[in-house]
Amino acid sequence: MSDQIRIGVFVCDCGSNIAGYVDVKALAEYAKTLPNVVYVKENLYTCSESGINEIKAAIREQSLNRVVVASCTPRTHEPLFRGTCEEAGLNPYLFEMVNIRDQCSWVHMQERESGTNKAKDLIRMGVAKAALLEPQESIKSEMDPNALVMGGGISGMTAALALANRGYQVYLVEKQAQLGGLLLQLDTLGPSGVDAAAFAASQAELVRNHPRIRLMTSTQVKDISGYIGHFKVTTASDGKEEQFGVGVVIVATGAQILKPHGLFGYDGERVITQLELEARFKRGTFSAGNVVMIQCAGARIEERKYCSRICCMVALKNAIQIKETHPGTGVRVLYRDIQAYGTENEEMYRRARELGVIFINYDVNVPPKVHGEKVTVTHQLLGRELDLPADLVVLSTPLIAGEDNEAISKLLRVSLDENKFFLEGHVKLKPLDFATDGVYLCGNAHYPATVREAISQALGAASRASIPLAKGVMTVEPIVSTLVDEDACRGCGLCVALCPYGALEIVRTEKGRKVRVIPVACKGCGVCAATCYQHALSINSYTDRQIAEQISACLESSG
Amino acid sequence: MEQVSGEVGAFQVAVRKKARYVNENLCTGCGACAEKCPTMVVDVFNAGLGNRKAIYKYFPQGIPSVFTIDAAACRQLGQGKKCGVCAKVCQAKAVDYDQKDTLIQLEVGAVVIATGYEVFDPSVIPEYGYDRIPNVVTALEFERLLSASGPTAGHLDRPSELALVKEMEEAEKEHKKLQRQVSQLEEKHGKPSSEIVAAFQSGTLPDDADLRNWALLAQDLASLEARLDSMNRRKATASVARKLAFIQCVGSRDFRFNPFCSSYCCMHSVKEAMIAHEHDNGVHSSIFCMDLRAVGRGFEEYKLRGGKQANIRYIRGRVAEITQDEALNPVVWYESTQNRQVVHETFDLVILATACVPSPGAAELARQFQVELDRNGFFKTDPLAPLNTSRPGVFVCGCAQGPMDIPESVAQASSAAARAAEIVAPARQAVG
Ligand SMILES: Cc1cc2nc3c(=O)[nH]c(=O)nc-3n(C[C@H](O)[C@H](O)[C@H](O)COP(=O)(O)OP(=O)(O)OC[C@H]3O[C@@H](n4cnc5c(N)ncnc54)[C@H](O)[C@@H]3O)c2cc1C
Ligand SMILES: Cc1cc2nc3c(=O)[nH]c(=O)nc-3n(C[C@H](O)[C@H](O)[C@H](O)COP(=O)(O)OP(=O)(O)OC[C@H]3O[C@@H](n4cnc5c(N)ncnc54)[C@H](O)[C@@H]3O)c2cc1C
Ligand code: SF4
Ligand code: SF4
Ligand code: SF4
Ligand code: SF4
Repeated sequence: MSDQIRIGVFVCDCGSNIAGYVDVKALAEYAKTLPNVVYVKENLYTCSESGINEIKAAIREQSLNRVVVASCTPRTHEPLFRGTCEEAGLNPYLFEMVNIRDQCSWVHMQERESGTNKAKDLIRMGVAKAALLEPQESIKSEMDPNALVMGGGISGMTAALALANRGYQVYLVEKQAQLGGLLLQLDTLGPSGVDAAAFAASQAELVRNHPRIRLMTSTQVKDISGYIGHFKVTTASDGKEEQFGVGVVIVATGAQILKPHGLFGYDGERVITQLELEARFKRGTFSAGNVVMIQCAGARIEERKYCSRICCMVALKNAIQIKETHPGTGVRVLYRDIQAYGTENEEMYRRARELGVIFINYDVNVPPKVHGEKVTVTHQLLGRELDLPADLVVLSTPLIAGEDNEAISKLLRVSLDENKFFLEGHVKLKPLDFATDGVYLCGNAHYPATVREAISQALGAASRASIPLAKGVMTVEPIVSTLVDEDACRGCGLCVALCPYGALEIVRTEKGRKVRVIPVACKGCGVCAATCYQHALSINSYTDRQIAEQISACLESSG
Repeated sequence: MEQVSGEVGAFQVAVRKKARYVNENLCTGCGACAEKCPTMVVDVFNAGLGNRKAIYKYFPQGIPSVFTIDAAACRQLGQGKKCGVCAKVCQAKAVDYDQKDTLIQLEVGAVVIATGYEVFDPSVIPEYGYDRIPNVVTALEFERLLSASGPTAGHLDRPSELALVKEMEEAEKEHKKLQRQVSQLEEKHGKPSSEIVAAFQSGTLPDDADLRNWALLAQDLASLEARLDSMNRRKATASVARKLAFIQCVGSRDFRFNPFCSSYCCMHSVKEAMIAHEHDNGVHSSIFCMDLRAVGRGFEEYKLRGGKQANIRYIRGRVAEITQDEALNPVVWYESTQNRQVVHETFDLVILATACVPSPGAAELARQFQVELDRNGFFKTDPLAPLNTSRPGVFVCGCAQGPMDIPESVAQASSAAARAAEIVAPARQAVG
């Protein structure tokens, strides 16, 4: 490459999207007058095959060493034009895109003249920056081809098996002595009728016998450092520590049951939880003449606003169970809304009513009262209080966030919601990924779920996790932070504390404490470069000088 | 899909790729063709509330961003007329009237069915008057009304008013035409029309075809003017929809139609009421429900916020009937479970939260794949193996297996991919 800067500018009409609102001919003429610009072309569609070929030809024939395209938006088209440069033998990072559609022609549809002037300003700025662009090499990093799954409930076991079946080594860490999580304590599972503990045991058997799963029970994760591809995990079991590396992490640590102390006279004897009721079914010690179930015990109230999603289904399942095994027992369910969503749950709701379970709606402002052998409820339809006989009261309590969630969220730098459940990257479109690359979630850790939902989320999380594992190498855009002035860095660590992606660390060097960038983890957000008062850090392709040049170009007038 | 044979690990599937009459590789999605296309078609995507051209893109963000000709509506293709406008204006030379359907043979190890759902047609519920009362719409139609890229650019114009505007446009066109004809006749004969009409009505008009025609035209003009007048008066009093009623469980949890709960409709009604309120702070919404099923993360909180900040009332009860008053306002009749009385209330617009029913092709697809459907017509799965159909190697995700919202569908899509990958992984590793 010769030392002389030779910039080619391509101005796109985008059909009528740009040409319809700004004077593209004038833009092209204007671009010719800018410093270092040796070639200008206007295209109907720069992104069409002919447009692309024109760029390639111009790179070769005009010996261009910088390319500027003024068109739609880098969001959709930058990768295409970068690729075009690369195919023509030019480093893809010697390309600069100027947005004259989304941020110009579309916003100034009624203002042809000022829109055209703004487009000129934008092109001038792009050209000024392009002159200072440096070639960059994309960053590649090998993935450790294995995974850590935290939590050995049905979600964790399912995710571990799915990844192991795909051929990856999995470390499954469960803090209890046994696999199975909540299922170990349940009787049968609705709607399948399968024995919960037996189902958990059958999955545990598959896990234990899988050659690619390293099962670590009675084990805690003490520390995790690193980033996608290279997490360093430290576990502790019986005071013994162990270290290993993994490429990805799945969080499947479940949830816990709210113990309803102080609610509705809870005593664990005559007023019990659904979980305790299931324990009685399991032991065969259930007996009662009249059962009253109270829904939303400790949920959907001021201090805990959310609905726990599964407890209505659990109540339906257990009400049916009582009616089927003890037809003479009266069952009344006091509810606010019966959350029997979907096909299977609504079917259970219907079945319960058929079997004679009585459903009574109550208002949160006049909650039922438990006293002696009675439950008093204000009936919404009748508009008066009813006394219901109850020798057993069963409280449907919500699942609450796991006790370790805060610690885990700090270890992995992932977020929790206001109820301390783990929060996914995007509520609609990334339900199983955390915002942090390489970390995934499923099951009760995410939000209360049925076994059906937990299994499908676990398989999904495994699928998401297998994407980087299958690629084997991570290719990262080289637009990252770089320590451009090591001598200036004082090792203060201000940037380390602020980096949202854990991409910086302080290391000891011969020259003392210095910052080190972990390029694969860096997202190029620029927080560090903006923070460093020593200007020791800078972002590739967005250096201080490039931006300053753009600003001064902006302040010149287009004449 | 046309045909399937083989088994897990080695399915042969024949699929038909329908002709779009536009070369996908050449079309740049510029839309010049649609701008010039002379044929207007009712826009299915906008739930019939607007129009589009015969060459069209299903919706603005459609992927791929390539146009398609609606062959049945197209003058050239469907109606045997000469047109060819789109081919002429297309600078990319992408229009290809000779394109044919292509049959593609696929060799695959696993199959994922993700054919989704269909919205229930509420016109079979006579008491809700969906096909009689213009201001009763489905939630899907309402979503289009709310959308910035929809037929009203997000303004809450009522369908009755939209119809009125359309009717007035046509009447005005007709009015211009009649006026021109009548004034030509007036000029030709040098007399005002009123004389001729009076003579015609009293039977004193000479027996002349031209004069008779004039009289009839003048009469039509007068009656059209009267109609326009009354329409103008109606339009002057027309207002946007501010008082909304959402009716839940329309066709769901109803043994006449579908016994199941459609899972997502409680939340989309809350969402729609919130968006309507964001758009216009004067909007008040009433949501009529048996239970308000807000079971996901943040849903209950969202629902409560709707009540506090977006003028949403939640009314427990099933709506019995919807009628209409003279001003075309729908009237909702329901039994209040609060006081056990049948009460009625008038609204500007009623939105029906219609059920999620199996997609129309599900039964045929199930037959071709020889997989079982559940009693509701969705693809049957096992609660403990939630992506598996009754046939090995064939998986199902999203609303094809039953009603669920977007996050659940997206999560299931990943899981189905995991299941399929377990099958094809060995083969892929062998290929390298
Ligand atoms: C009373 C009741 C009845 C139910 N009945 C049904 C039913 O009939 N049908 C149905 O479909 N669903 C039912 N459910 C829901 C069902 O329990 C859940 O779907 C299921 O337990 C979710 O599994 P999970 O693996 O996500 O979480 P969990 O079962 O909670 O498992 C989480 C695991 O992670 C471990 N763990 C926690 N923290 C750590 C840590 N820091 N490190 C390592 N390991 C950790 C825990 O020890 C546990 O083993 C019921 C729930 C309750 C409460
Ligand atoms: C009015 C309304 C509002 C909603 N709002 C929300 C909301 O705010 N948030 C939310 O989470 N959910 C919402 N939902 C639910 C949401 O629409 C569904 O969860 C989601 O669309 C399910 O996705 P899917 O891919 O399973 O099915 P679909 O979206 O139905 O997609 C199925 C696709 O398969 C295609 N197809 C069908 N049959 C065949 C065949 N034989 N061959 C090939 N292709 C075929 C169809 O053309 C379609 O493109 C709403 C639903 C409605 C009705
Ligand atoms: S699932 Fe039912 S019992 Fe549980 S919090 Fe929600 S409404 Fe209350
Ligand atoms: S640019 Fe952002 S992500 Fe990269 S090191 Fe700096 S603060 Fe961290
Ligand atoms: S067919 Fe031609 S005119 Fe129509 S959108 Fe595609 S490129 Fe444009
Ligand atoms: S989600 Fe709500 S509106 Fe829809 S069927 Fe279920 S209960 Fe009815």
